[in-house]
Amino acid sequence: MIDYLWLLIALPFLGAATLILFGKRIGEPASGWLASALVAIPFVIAAILTVPFLDAAEPETVFLFEWIPMVGANASLLWDPLSALMTLIVTGVGSLIHLYSVGYMHGDERYPRFFGYMNLFIGSMLTLVLADNFGLMFVGWELVGLSSYLLISFWFTKPSAAAAGKKAFIVNRIGDWGFLVGLMLIFAAFGTLDFGVVFGEAHGLLSVGMATAITLLLFVGATGKSAQIPLYIWLPDAMEGPTPVSALIHAATMVTAGVYMIARSAALFELAPVTLAIVASVGAATALLAATIAIGQRDIKRVLAYSTISQLGYMVMAVGITAFTAGIFHLMTHAFFKALLFLGAGSVIHAMSNEQDMWKMGGLRKYMRVTFVTMAFGWLAISGLFPLAGFWSKDEILGAAFAKGGFFLILWLVGIVTALITAFYMTRLMILTFFGEKRWDEDAHPHESPWTMTVPLIVLAALSAGAGLLNTPVRLALEHFLEPSFEGIHQVHPPGGFTLWGLALASLVVVVIGIAIAYHRYGRGTLPTEEGGYWAAALDGYGVDAFYGAVIVAPGRAIATWLAMFFDLTVVDGAVNGLGSAVRSFGSTLRVLQTGWVRSYAAGIVAGSLGVVLWLLWQGGAF
Amino acid sequence: MTVTVAWYMVFAAVLFSMGAAGVLLRRNALVMFMSIELMLNSVNLTFVAAGSEMGLIEGQVAALFVMVVAAAEVTVGLAILVAVFRRRSTANVDTLSELKG
Repeated sequence: MIDYLWLLIALPFLGAATLILFGKRIGEPASGWLASALVAIPFVIAAILTVPFLDAAEPETVFLFEWIPMVGANASLLWDPLSALMTLIVTGVGSLIHLYSVGYMHGDERYPRFFGYMNLFIGSMLTLVLADNFGLMFVGWELVGLSSYLLISFWFTKPSAAAAGKKAFIVNRIGDWGFLVGLMLIFAAFGTLDFGVVFGEAHGLLSVGMATAITLLLFVGATGKSAQIPLYIWLPDAMEGPTPVSALIHAATMVTAGVYMIARSAALFELAPVTLAIVASVGAATALLAATIAIGQRDIKRVLAYSTISQLGYMVMAVGITAFTAGIFHLMTHAFFKALLFLGAGSVIHAMSNEQDMWKMGGLRKYMRVTFVTMAFGWLAISGLFPLAGFWSKDEILGAAFAKGGFFLILWLVGIVTALITAFYMTRLMILTFFGEKRWDEDAHPHESPWTMTVPLIVLAALSAGAGLLNTPVRLALEHFLEPSFEGIHQVHPPGGFTLWGLALASLVVVVIGIAIAYHRYGRGTLPTEEGGYWAAALDGYGVDAFYGAVIVAPGRAIATWLAMFFDLTVVDGAVNGLGSAVRSFGSTLRVLQTGWVRSYAAGIVAGSLGVVLWLLWQGGAF
Repeated sequence: MTVTVAWYMVFAAVLFSMGAAGVLLRRNALVMFMSIELMLNSVNLTFVAAGSEMGLIEGQVAALFVMVVAAAEVTVGLAILVAVFRRRSTANVDTLSELKG
């Protein structure tokens, strides 16, 4: 059965090729169903292949073919509990999002093309996740960047969508640079990119300085893909794509890549305490910063975008404090409730005829029962209310931060404050959207979405509610499941006993306070005006975009302009034109020799022959 | 006074120089051809003389080759000459300078 592992990657790629080349002939509903099936089948295969791990089966490597054997980068797949879990998340949530898109993208001009790109995205992510060496992982890493670009700018006739796609791609390229240089250092240190060798020999071979350099560069890559400070700016703009794309990027694919990569490279990161401290601090800072920005957003999707950045901050913080299982656990639960929230938001936007401003919604719970109830699960799960998924995974991270102690207590505090803010802004989103008076025009007729859209919502709501039970302090199922992947890694665990209950209670209290403040502010009739001062700053994302624009984009543009208008025109063109005119003038000097008289040519031949004869005689010593 | 191989060589050199002078100085294409033939045959003479002096058959073989090439060259050359003469009513090569650069 393990021999069919390659199908996991091949099927989505096959779908992508088919739909991009022949999509027009396959037509509207058929191409959507085809694409969904080509993600659902890998999910089933992956589920079957995962079963042996429940009985603590050994991880397996499947060698497909040689690619660049010299650097240890072959087309060879690693099937261990970590990659199995990631595959299940990617294909499981991915197929639900595909199913949802069948309804959501109805009537789009380039419907088959959309599903082609979606399949490409899934295939790329699976390549990244299943690779057993950094080389193949990098291929997946880049393909993910490409497909996100294609999907974010899917409606490229809108200038803002085209710009958002470019922004995502360029910002990711900056991260890719770090990742690539990191890979070069790994190759320099180990002579191979193979996971087995690199992680196996890291402990004896790597000096602390080298480990720090490698892991910091890898982390630069992670900040790009997983949207951490300072490279998070592409994610809010990625909202320009169709909503299922946002769900796919934020939940199942792309942003989880960085966290996965760090967890996969745990053996390297473990050797670099400085990097770990930086990773954890950046994660915590991102979590807090993004949460405070999310408060001020008016666009329902942008609230969710900043909340994704904030939640990714938690995951990065978790892997930074070497609580890798907790990070992956939160990655999983977040995939469920964030996909749910995005698909729910998409359902709302769909119903409101593409209105995204929450201030023009309100009272929708009466019109969209299913969407409302399922989104409520997502809301409570991300807020971290007992016993939903977010509560367990977030508390495991916070508990680990607390258990690590010292400097990390500050991070724990940041995490708790972020939890409060998260509960606040999510409640704000729910109240503004579903409760209170309706604030939309009479001609918008909100309605419940078709079954292809509500079924994924219901499934994801169930998962958001129940997935937390996979790894509770009482029963550490996920922890045991992932053990073979983190063999020999010293992980930090949440404290036990009374401290644990105290921490859980503290975070619960904080969540309830957050919800209560939001209810007090938005839930009682008149809404507060949120203009000027802090609100304007938060709505603008604290002007980070403008800052990057002034500090990085503007100088870059100036250099490019100088290169194009001066350097290219005078130096490059000058060299080419100069060469041309030199040849031309040389030719016009020589043309006088071309008299057209046969006898002058004959004279030339005779003179030349005489010259040769004389030279031969001279060489022979005749004179 | 015996006729040594040097006599043949000197004679051939004189013939060759006459031919070369003809090619360079005469303007009539037909005469130029005849001069070229003169040059070729003076070379043939050196081949044959040297071959007989050294007792080698290759000298005569080379002469035969030169004759074949000369025959071919004359065929093509005279055809061109006839074509040019029909068109221009002259065989003066100095008027044929259209390819001047």
